[in-house]
Amino acid sequence: MASLKELKLRIASVKSTQKITKAKQMVAAAKLRKAQAAAEAARPYSERLEAVVASLAGKISVSAASPKLIAGTGADDTHLLIVANSDRGLCGAFNANIVKAAMLAAREMIGEGKKVKFYLIGRKGRAVISRAFPNQIIGSYDTTTMKEPSFDHAQAVAADILARYEAGEFDVAHLFFSTFKSALAQVPTQQQIIPVAIPADAPATADATVEYEPDEESILTDLLPRNVSIQIFKALLENSASEQGASMTAMDNATRNAGDLINRLTIEYNRSRQAAITTELVEIISGAEAL
Amino acid sequence: MALHFELVTPEKLLRSEDVYQVVVPGTDGDFGVLEGHAPFMSTIRDGEIRVFANASAEAEIIPVIGGFAEVNEKGLTVLAEKAG
Repeated sequence: MASLKELKLRIASVKSTQKITKAKQMVAAAKLRKAQAAAEAARPYSERLEAVVASLAGKISVSAASPKLIAGTGADDTHLLIVANSDRGLCGAFNANIVKAAMLAAREMIGEGKKVKFYLIGRKGRAVISRAFPNQIIGSYDTTTMKEPSFDHAQAVAADILARYEAGEFDVAHLFFSTFKSALAQVPTQQQIIPVAIPADAPATADATVEYEPDEESILTDLLPRNVSIQIFKALLENSASEQGASMTAMDNATRNAGDLINRLTIEYNRSRQAAITTELVEIISGAEAL
Repeated sequence: MALHFELVTPEKLLRSEDVYQVVVPGTDGDFGVLEGHAPFMSTIRDGEIRVFANASAEAEIIPVIGGFAEVNEKGLTVLAEKAG
């Protein structure tokens, strides 16, 4: 059995860990509310943009001459996996889940004889991916200076990716992030962003005679890059809400575990203290009896 | 006789109100939108949106960067990358 002093130190150490996890939990709860509000505020824009892109895309016929973002490059060889992670830990399996989903998809694509490249957003996940797929990370975006996702960051990422697309570095781009369901549930999600996936059941708005200025195709060419930025922005927002949610749950568990551990250690401490007293008493009494 | 006007940026819904007239800087030139405007869609250039709360009011000026404007039966929606 550990000595009294060791037990005391152990209890103190677990208590200070508990303080940290509790603080982190409360910080995450406060940040979660903010991140959720930001995600909700961004919804009207992306919903409308999606509706407009879908209705426009339904109107023009896709041919080789259409914008590359809709028609694709004509090949399906190289896939770019854009993996959005966070910069910090202490959020349970949040990052691991996203990375796992991305690597699973990557293995599947490689199995189908396709080439896979990675583009990473955020710091976490880099080590794992670079170990599993060395030399396949073609770029990354540093978010360590970013306090909360802003559209400027999303635009910077989108510009980088679009430039690589124009340069022919890849044919299809998928985005991996975590969709925020609730503080308890975050779902790793895969979404194809290039070329734009046109919903088959695009709402038929053709009945209204809408005038376009300039023509449909120029508007679409203008809108598609914006659509990529907004999809990335949405992913960043979902991610930041998910991260805080995961962090809150993980830290809540950690705090509770620390509490259990403290209880156990305290009982052990009291037992050994009582045992020590009993031994001392036995010694004194047997000494007195011997006289 | 009011035009429903919405100004949306990626970060939030900036305006949603009934106004008299809005002048939007379209790529091919400014255009004014009153209530009952025909369905219309245009990209916008960097410039200023002028909002008239009523026929006699002074214009309220909102600078916008990049985006597009859509007019449908529900009113005018401006999706801008940056505004205000």
